[in-house]
Parts: sequence; structure tokens; C-alpha cells
Amino acid sequence: MRIAIASGKGGTGKTTLATNLAALHAARGVTVRLLDADVEEPDCHLFLHPAIERREPVRVPVPEVDDARCTACGVCAEVCAFKAITVIGSTVLVFPELCHSCGACELLCPEKAIHEEGRDTGVVEHGTVTLPGRPAFPLVTGVLAVGEAKAVPTTRATMAAADDDSVNVVLVDAPPGTSCPVIEAVRGSDLVVLVTEPTPFGLHDLELAVAMVCALGLRCVVAINRADLGDDRVHSFCTAEGIEIVLELPNDRRIAEAYARGELLLDAVDGLEQKLSGAWERISAAAQRQEAAS
Amino acid sequence: MTPPRELVLISGKGGTGKTSVVAAFAALAGGAVLADCDVDAADLHLVLRPELGTEHEFSGRRQAVINAEACTACGRCPEVCRFAAVLGTADDNYSIDSIACEGCELCGRVCPADAIHMEPVINGAWMVSETRFGPLVHARLGVAEDNSGKLVTLVRNEARSVAEKRGLPLVIVDGSPGIGCPVIASLAGADLVLAVTEPTVSGRHDLDRVLQVVRQFRLPFAVCINRADLNPELGAQIAAEASAAGAAFVATVDYDPAVTHAQVAGTDVIAFGGRAAAEITELWEDVSASLSPSLEGEVLDA
Repeated sequence: MRIAIASGKGGTGKTTLATNLAALHAARGVTVRLLDADVEEPDCHLFLHPAIERREPVRVPVPEVDDARCTACGVCAEVCAFKAITVIGSTVLVFPELCHSCGACELLCPEKAIHEEGRDTGVVEHGTVTLPGRPAFPLVTGVLAVGEAKAVPTTRATMAAADDDSVNVVLVDAPPGTSCPVIEAVRGSDLVVLVTEPTPFGLHDLELAVAMVCALGLRCVVAINRADLGDDRVHSFCTAEGIEIVLELPNDRRIAEAYARGELLLDAVDGLEQKLSGAWERISAAAQRQEAAS
Repeated sequence: MTPPRELVLISGKGGTGKTSVVAAFAALAGGAVLADCDVDAADLHLVLRPELGTEHEFSGRRQAVINAEACTACGRCPEVCRFAAVLGTADDNYSIDSIACEGCELCGRVCPADAIHMEPVINGAWMVSETRFGPLVHARLGVAEDNSGKLVTLVRNEARSVAEKRGLPLVIVDGSPGIGCPVIASLAGADLVLAVTEPTVSGRHDLDRVLQVVRQFRLPFAVCINRADLNPELGAQIAAEASAAGAAFVATVDYDPAVTHAQVAGTDVIAFGGRAAAEITELWEDVSASLSPSLEGEVLDA
């Protein structure tokens, strides 16, 4: 079963939910793997302190021009839809950061003067989390290189670790928003848990996130963080749309302080383990209804 | 006339309070153009409640379209497409998955039957609206759409041109969380970057990453630690690290429920008054001093 934890608005508690659910499962003998797919700002490791076993670079192919063969005919520049190649006089200039790795220049060069080389844009870290008193579980973290604009190849490389039948549950911590890196992280999941807060920003961005989930043909449930903070419009929206609310976490300073220090809520705040267990029952029931329906 | 100055707010981590601070700055600036560059989840209009301007369509990409009648089902397009955007099989009709299509046109170029053409995708809209504090340039990216970087660039350029036309001295940009394409698009050429963070392990980690990007661009920057009283020790550590990294100044704003109350009421926190309002007013004074052209040398040297 694959569950993605996403949100339109940032800072609503995706990582809190993902890390605590992963730790909770490990304690129950369910085999779980957590993927941190928020590759621009991956934070799960700050709460889980994995021992990193291996680091795989994320390489994207970019063109290299073989000057001996190149006739500067300009076909490569002409077929590049992303303006990543320019021909000035007899010189071919490649701008690797604009390249989308579509392969058009390599395939269409009449002189076979272009081949592709790998360019590192990020890294995927495979590690094991060992928390005191709980069985170990794997954490896979995608890390976009600083200064790199395109997150998707690193997200995709991270998500490759989702295809593994040896674990019962794959949890995905997705990035905020609704655009390409989010889509890459939530695609293929059995259910998307959208984390929000009961404020106008939370509601507005939840509406966008629900629209994204629908556009992808996926289903979602909602978790409300800092539930007593704002107003009841998130509740009304969920009721109107028929979206189940699987968890409400209170706006509790102890929770905020534990999070600030990098602690798991399970360990720091009494009663939360039970609350999260209840949430998981609802999430897994919803995901199974999902599977049965499809 | 001197060209308008541009202040860009970013955060690394989401939900640290960028938009609330931008709305407060709008109230304090007394005539700035506001640019909501968090095009993925634009929220500024919820507290500035503008009179909406005319919508303009935005097309950031093109996508391939297969003409079923001309298609001979030769199978060349799925073979060359690196984005798995060609759906179907030779027995079934081939078609293009518009979300997966990157718009590279390679399929069209290799199609022997000339059955594929490109069409622009309308993947967003932008508008210039009028708020009580000045014009707001904002946009909406279509759901599940790509190219937020291009839309960010468009919104910034429009905001600058509105400022020039109306003789307004400042553009305030509300940026996106993260460090990727929309953030990079919102940074280039900014006169001052203000990174809003919070004293949490995530806030600290994400600030460090986004400030590395800002420093690659060699932009002057300052840091605001929001909800600073949540963990004063960590706040002090973040402040020391930000100063060592070259921040022009580091300001703090304590937790104040008035910030949320203002948002629920659909207004800015300055209108509500209180502790956070006072601290953001002080922050604004530091920001405007840094932005003042006469002090430019000091900011760059800091």
C-alpha cells in the first residue's frame, strides 16, 4: 500500500505526520519504508537521524558535442525546444541547466556529433532509521543540489524506491504546492493524505490540492493540524466535498515545541500515539476501499 | 526617476509566515506594487481582497497532439519519447498524456506520417488587481501544471512595469517555498531578499539551503525569525549563523495569535495591532533602510 502525504500550503505538518506514522508502524511490526520526496527541502532526516548506507547520484543526460564531427549546421539548436543549444559561427554552445534531456539533439544530429553525458542534479540517500525501543525501518531521501532549478529528476529517482513489494506500507512525504514535483511524488499512490490547517490560506490551498488529486484520478482524505486555530471553513468544505477527515491535531504549544527541537510527537506528547493509531486505521481503511473500487 | 526597487520574500520551508509579512509590508509601504510569485498556491489576495483585474491567459509550454486519422500506428513516437507521454498501443489509438508531455516535439519530428503537431497549452492566468494598498500582480497556475518558473518571471516583469508606469518606488514579491525553479525565478536581480524562517530544526535546515542559493546569486539578504519565542535558543543559533553567512540584519517576531486572527478576518496584521504588528513595523524600518539607494553601499558590504 502506498500513501502519499501532501498539502497545497507549506508548513502544515506533512513531515510531522509522515515521520510519526512511519515510527508508529515500525513499532507495530508492519514493514514500512518512508520516502522523503520533498527534494528541495527534505526534512524527515532531522527527526529520524538515519544511518546512510549509500548515496546514489541523480544524473540527467545532457548533450556533449564532438567538435571533430560537428559541422555547425545548426540542426541541434533548431530542434531544441528549450533553447539549451545555440550555434554561433562554428561554435556550438550548450546550456546544460536549460536542457530537459529529451534527446532530440542527439537523435537528430545529421553528423552523429552529439552524445550524452550525465550531469549530477541531486542525490538519493538510502538509510536506516533506528529509534530507541522501535524496530528499524528504511528512509529514502531525495536531495536536490543547491542552485539546481529542476527538481523532478531527483523526485523521480526517489520515487523509484516506492516500487517494492517487500514492505507492507510505503509512505511518501511530498513537497508543498500542486505543480510538477508534487505530481511526481503523489502519482501511483493508493491514497493521498492532504494536511491542512483551518485558516483561509489552508483552505484555499487545500482546494487547489484536492483539484490536483482529482486531475490525477486519485482519491484523498484530509488531516487538519492546529485544528482549533482558525475557523470551521475547512470542515464545511470537506463535508460538502465528501472528503473524510482522518485526523485533527490540536494547536498545542507542546507539539510545536517538540517539533521545533526535532522530536517525534509519539515520544514527546502523551496521548498522541493513540490519536495517530486511530488516524492510521482510517487512512488504511480508505486506501483499501480505494483498491477494492479500482 | 530611479527604477523601482525590488524586495523578494522567500523562506525555504513553507508556512513560516511569508504571506502574512508581505501583507503587513503592503500596509506599511504606502504605495508599493505587490507581486504574488507563489503561483503554485497564491494566497496574498485572500488578505488584500483586491478588486480583480482582467485575466490574461498564460501559456508556458506546448504539447504534442496526435491526429488519429493520419497516424499509421508505426510505434516510433513511444520509442523516442523519454517522458512516457505516449499512451496506447499499436492496436489501440496512440494519444498524448498531456500532464506527462514535456513539449520537446521530438515525436513530431520523427513521425513518418506527419501525424503529430504541437499546440500551446494554456496553463495559467495572470492579472493586475487593485488593493487598498496598491496594485497586486498575481497569477493562477493551472492544476497539475508545469512551468511555474516562467509564470513567476512574467508576474515579476509585469509588477516592475506597473511600478514604472505609476511611478511607484517599490515592488514587494511574495515568493514560493523550496529552492527550485519558482524560487530561482523569483530571485534574479532582487535588490534585497528577506528570508522568513522559524526556530525549528526544519526552519534552520531549509533556511541554510535557500541562503546558499541566494549567495550563489550574490544578492543582499536579511533574515526574519518568525515565532521566535517558540525556541529562543535555536532562534539565537539561527541568527548567529545568518549573520555569519552575511545577512544585512536579523530580526525577530514573536508568536502572536493576532496574525492568524487577521488572516481569518481577511486582513493584514497591522490593522489588528499588537505585538507582532509592532515587531513587523520595526522590521519594515530595517528593510526600507536597506532598500534606500543612499544606503546601497552599506547593504552590499554587509
